[in-house]
Amino acid sequence: MKALAVVTLLLAAPLAAQTALPRLAYTQLRDHDQERQARALMETLRCVVCQGQSIADSDADMAGEMRALVRQRIARGEAPEAVRSWLIARYGDYVSYAPPLRAATLPLWLAPLALLALGAWLARATFRRR
Amino acid sequence: MKRWLVWLPLCAFGIIVAVIAWGLWQPADRTVRSALVGRPLPDFVLPAIAPGKPGLASADFRQGSPRLLNVFASWCVPCVAEAPQLLTLKAAGVPIDAIAIKDTPGDVAAFLRRNGDPYARVGADAHSRVQLALGSSGVPETFVVDGKGVIRAQHVGDIRAEDVPELLQALADAK
Repeated sequence: MKALAVVTLLLAAPLAAQTALPRLAYTQLRDHDQERQARALMETLRCVVCQGQSIADSDADMAGEMRALVRQRIARGEAPEAVRSWLIARYGDYVSYAPPLRAATLPLWLAPLALLALGAWLARATFRRR
Repeated sequence: MKRWLVWLPLCAFGIIVAVIAWGLWQPADRTVRSALVGRPLPDFVLPAIAPGKPGLASADFRQGSPRLLNVFASWCVPCVAEAPQLLTLKAAGVPIDAIAIKDTPGDVAAFLRRNGDPYARVGADAHSRVQLALGSSGVPETFVVDGKGVIRAQHVGDIRAEDVPELLQALADAK
């Protein structure tokens, strides 16, 4: 009896689930190239509810819907960067993990170069002395 | 090497500590706001889901007077909390339309029966498509849309009693 109850519960669980996610939330695209593009894009898009995770990593419903959206648009032949711009137009730069080059993000892009230059200069000075 | 250079790493370290401390003491605001405030509503047409009410299309917001667009769901708990405030707004003469996210007609009908029905139209967004197009990151969210279909303000989260005057002001500003 108990076993039957458990089995019934297991069978009922998917039916009781509040929301059905679109198929493409968890299904890869048939075309390998497109799936690769979609995957790469999904890894650089932020899940807007979980915030610390990309939509590729997150199991939140919203992330699933966003993955489905990405896959559908890529399958339709849209360029990954066009999908990214579409989302940035709606959620701001926040939604993308790939920071654009702007006045506000300039230090982010220039700091590594500046630090490398500083390192090279320090190394040069050190080697000279020897 | 010059003597003062010895202190450079310590200074750099101090600056980094100061920046991190400043970041830690700032209250974190994790609200995700739509970038579409000030821009026209994206085009959409959503089917009806509530009994006796039409569905919702972006064209419904271009009829000359400002309206509220409430993004909600019957499965969302804060939506229950904001229901009285929506009824207050409706009583104040504010037209309110809604988008039901990932919902079923039965659940929406039960939700409106239980919590009151402030809506003129309710559109069904089964896969959050319009929600994503709006730059909305959850439920509930409320948009103030002017008579030309331009989004003028966004309220993220449930509307508390103290938020009502602010929304009324935003609606007045949108006239």
